[in-house]
Amino acid sequence: MAVVETPTSAPDAYRWEGNIEELRGLVSERAFTGETMLLNMGPHHPSTHGVLRVLLELDGEQIVNAVPDVGFLHTGIEKTIESKTYEKGVTATDRMDYLSPLSNNMAFCLAVEKLVDLDVPPRAQLIRVVCLELQRIASHLVWLGTHAIDLGAMSVLLYAFREREKVLDMLEMLSGQRMMGSYFRPGGVWRDITPDFKPTLVNFLGEFPRAVEDYQRLLEKNPIWVDRTQGVGVIEPDRALAWGMSGPTLRGSGVNWDLRKSMPYSGYEQFTFNVPLGEHGDVYDRFMCRILELWESMKILHQALERLEDKGPFRSDNRKFVPPPRSELGQSMEAVIHHFKLWTSGFDAPDEEVYAAVESPRGEIGCYLHGTGGNMPRRVHFKTPSFMHISSLPLLTQGHFIADLVAIIGSVDIVLGDCDR
Amino acid sequence: MGVSSKLGNLGVVTTTLDQAINWARTGAMWPLLFGLACCAIEYMSTQASSYDMSRFGMELNRATPRQADLLIVSGRVTRKMAPVVRQLYDQMAAPKWVISMGDCASCGGIYNNYAIVQGVDEIVPVDVYIAGCPPRPEQLMHGVLTLHQKVHGETILDWATEAPRA
Repeated sequence: MAVVETPTSAPDAYRWEGNIEELRGLVSERAFTGETMLLNMGPHHPSTHGVLRVLLELDGEQIVNAVPDVGFLHTGIEKTIESKTYEKGVTATDRMDYLSPLSNNMAFCLAVEKLVDLDVPPRAQLIRVVCLELQRIASHLVWLGTHAIDLGAMSVLLYAFREREKVLDMLEMLSGQRMMGSYFRPGGVWRDITPDFKPTLVNFLGEFPRAVEDYQRLLEKNPIWVDRTQGVGVIEPDRALAWGMSGPTLRGSGVNWDLRKSMPYSGYEQFTFNVPLGEHGDVYDRFMCRILELWESMKILHQALERLEDKGPFRSDNRKFVPPPRSELGQSMEAVIHHFKLWTSGFDAPDEEVYAAVESPRGEIGCYLHGTGGNMPRRVHFKTPSFMHISSLPLLTQGHFIADLVAIIGSVDIVLGDCDR
Repeated sequence: MGVSSKLGNLGVVTTTLDQAINWARTGAMWPLLFGLACCAIEYMSTQASSYDMSRFGMELNRATPRQADLLIVSGRVTRKMAPVVRQLYDQMAAPKWVISMGDCASCGGIYNNYAIVQGVDEIVPVDVYIAGCPPRPEQLMHGVLTLHQKVHGETILDWATEAPRA
């Protein structure tokens, strides 16, 4: 066994020394006189859903101020993509919002396709919709389990993860990886769906409604759950919009804004589904929005299932951007040249800027992409929902008790990888 | 009377103190409830219904490092997070072990850039490295069992003679 040299303390480069004066302006003046208490929550805390640090200013049990401190998971993904060709960039986007990697793929691929003006065949769009909705279900199940566990309902997590494993198995059938499949590529998807995918999906759609009914029975009318969530973390529609919220967090306040409806992409306009809306904008309404979205996702999957019969290409055949399939390599010299060119240097994109946005399980993930004329982007930027939702934490939590903070953090469904990236 | 009547004919087990202690240590090695990034989701899957890590005596995740034996570094460690990870490790009571879960924690993974610590072994000693991005739950379980094997090779003197860690 290799002997690892034991470091005895953290290297000096990693030390951090704080200073209370840095907080002036962030917390009220009462904190400096000792009238209110400053409490540090995180970055290591089971209820912050990752490495979020919140500095709380407390008056007794009540929250006067909550100052989120993000960046503990800043990975430099945008910078990393600047040194990758466009197809390789997809891999890095997977790891931003790690609960719904395919939404990130989708935003990035849409942007690339827009930049180089690449068409996506209808069947590829359909497969993308199926994957995105499966991913939405998987992501909402993690949210449901962790949100419930934060409020003390331990068993929901075990039920939710039981179903999530089935979704992950299906995604694994497609891409070969449970979570970070990088299944979407510019121009379509990596490969066609496998023969056993469809029967598994049919099977899943048969048993999933019962599971969702179970979750609803566990929580929906549970008096503890209702008491802990109704009237907590209320945000009015106009303020939610002003703070840049999106996704179920915004729709919980009753704003009808879903990019799948308002700016359809990947053929979402061909599907019939409803957008669940809340009324009060509290934790409970956001919870119900997401639960109802599970049903809507099932509706979309049912419709997609019928159309999966149609044959067709799963990826664009524009060889300037999409590598040829392996079967062509033995027969065509041109295919070999394209293959070599695309896998060594990638394709060139014009010196233009584009923005493409998709509706992820958390809200609007937007990708701003600026080409250079060469094979790598000049700048990539992601507009991510978690960042907006974390920045609205002070607004949502003001005047509430500490115990409500975990309910609120759970209800806006943040992923720190999405926020910090 | 008493115990002997309840035990029946089980007889007597002889063992060494090391074996008995290592059996206990591997049988209830409580991990720190600590998630960093994507790997933490797979870690949750491993804990949850389908894979169920409690089979290996790990059903209890402690949220406080004072009560934890095992630090599973699940995900990329950023330069901002590094002092926190080190402090958590320092706060754990010996004997303590570290599993570096996933490529990012082990070597920086695909992120060779300004933000990520290129391997968590720069700041804490690591016992087991698990490859994968993220590793499957089976891989994590294999890593835990590998650590158990390692612990079975230790003696209590390994930890007794060591200078007390901060």
